[in-house]
Amino acid sequence: MKKKYGAGDIAFEVFLVIFLIVFVMVTLYPVINTLAISFNDGFDTITHRIHFIPHQWTTDNYKAVFAKEGYRQAAIVTVARTVIGTLLSLVVNSILAYVISRKKFLFKKSFSLFWVITMYVNGGLIPTYIVFQKLHLTNSFWVYVIPGAVSAFNMLVIRNFMNGIPDSLEESAQIDGAGYFKIFVSIISPLCKPVYATITLFVAVYHWNAWFDAMIYNKMHDEYTVLQYELMKQLQTAMKSAGSVEGLKNSGTTITPTSIRAAATIVTMVPILFIYPFLQRYFVTGLTIGGVKE
Amino acid sequence: MARNTINSLGTADLRTKKTNKWAEARRQPFLLISSALLLIYGIIFYYVPVLGWITAFQDYKPAKGFLKSQWVGFAKFQKLFENKTFYLAFRNTLAMGVINLVFHFLTAIAFALILNEVRVMFAKKFVQTISYMPHFLSWIIVTAIVRDILSADGIVNEFLMNVCGNKMPIDFFAVKGYFWWIVAAANVWKETGWNAIIYLAAITAIDPALYEAADMDGATRFQKVWYITLPSLRPTIMILLLINIGNVLNAGFELQYILGNDVISDVSKILDVFILDWGISQFDFSLGTAAGIFKSVIALILVCLGNWTAKRTGDERLF
Repeated sequence: MKKKYGAGDIAFEVFLVIFLIVFVMVTLYPVINTLAISFNDGFDTITHRIHFIPHQWTTDNYKAVFAKEGYRQAAIVTVARTVIGTLLSLVVNSILAYVISRKKFLFKKSFSLFWVITMYVNGGLIPTYIVFQKLHLTNSFWVYVIPGAVSAFNMLVIRNFMNGIPDSLEESAQIDGAGYFKIFVSIISPLCKPVYATITLFVAVYHWNAWFDAMIYNKMHDEYTVLQYELMKQLQTAMKSAGSVEGLKNSGTTITPTSIRAAATIVTMVPILFIYPFLQRYFVTGLTIGGVKE
Repeated sequence: MARNTINSLGTADLRTKKTNKWAEARRQPFLLISSALLLIYGIIFYYVPVLGWITAFQDYKPAKGFLKSQWVGFAKFQKLFENKTFYLAFRNTLAMGVINLVFHFLTAIAFALILNEVRVMFAKKFVQTISYMPHFLSWIIVTAIVRDILSADGIVNEFLMNVCGNKMPIDFFAVKGYFWWIVAAANVWKETGWNAIIYLAAITAIDPALYEAADMDGATRFQKVWYITLPSLRPTIMILLLINIGNVLNAGFELQYILGNDVISDVSKILDVFILDWGISQFDFSLGTAAGIFKSVIALILVCLGNWTAKRTGDERLF
């Protein structure tokens, strides 16, 4: 059965198409624009308006980024914290979620409450800083991965998923003589792959994008700097010297702060932009089970 | 299975509850050991910093530590409440938080409803994938984008001068009236697609029979959205509102910290920046902590208030 289309329906379809086009344009424009500037000659960017396509192609901006000692070191630290931090987070959060979701665990209620409280009450910036300092976590790499390893929110997402696994699996394994550790490793965890993928994505993106901890805890230690913090420092310089374009024109170099920042931004964006579309189905389910509590 | 049942019946008859617990404890060494370790971790990284709140009642000197610093009672809070910048920071945080919250809900729900009307699956999937993208970009990158777009030779000024006939580029970061709305727009750009995920998932759960019945009654597309889809989303909207009300004072950080300047600091400074200024730059740890406590307490009150409201109206509760 085919429906007849009235004038209202056609107007609605037109509206939809226009809306989608505008939406996609507005979302993509800043990224495409940055990409175009990053491949455009720095000097040329000042004199020509760059929108979608570079005017004078060059890869010098990227060479300049990778030639910078700060960025190379930052890239190593960022990759390291993302890999180590994500693995650690996944292991401890899944163990915690497993413990809390066991029906027979003796301290199930009180231990759950212990972690839920941490979602609503925290010491705040300065007491946390003092504690980290006392633990000798400041001025070290470990401040990036250890303090945030357990997060009640991520734990709850995994727990909600585990609650959906039938108890009979655990019971039959127990009859066969399996202990809780064995059940966790060989029965529950393989079933939790989708939610583990979700948490991996969430935590990896968090680590990749983090910069505040680098500024607060490792300000004096360039060997522990991260990519986002390097970008942030460049951005702050750009904010301060907004009007000094003329000076640059006379300095003779073709690499401007704007063009190098664009290249650095693209370098920082690319890993995430390539990974997230493939993990889409995982984070959609992860968000749904995590957000809607039963 | 059968053995298990007999076992539990037997023990219930013969032994007291206490020995039962011991027997259970013997069966779960992994659970007990890992929970003990996690308990220690949680105490160190989540609970000990809360104990650090006592520094707000001291004149804390890092050299003297918690134990030897002088106690000053509520003097730091008094100093805080006499500080004009603190009031401005609190007002700005609250204002930006509320504006963000309102736009978050309006745009996410509207986007989900509109996207749901797209019948071409390929287009829908494509637009949705694009819409998540900004969520994965860091706030540093988004701040850089905002700065570039709104700069004197950015695309917004180009548009205003070429299309709307403005003679001079507007310096968006030098006018107090713009800042909150710039923050709101950046949040909308970054999070709308992401926030819509949960609504789109909720929409797929709506019983198709409702739409079929509406078709029989000759409902228009708009009527179906208004009278079926939107009311079906009510529980989801309520629970998300509840979760987000406690976050109202987390109005972001990077935009305010990096884009805020002396000219607009009256509207751009937020509590977190205030705390950072006092605690880390001026070394008045106690005053910074006091401001942090103030923020935490207000957030907690908001969470409880939201929870209580939801209970009263009969919607889902958070805890």
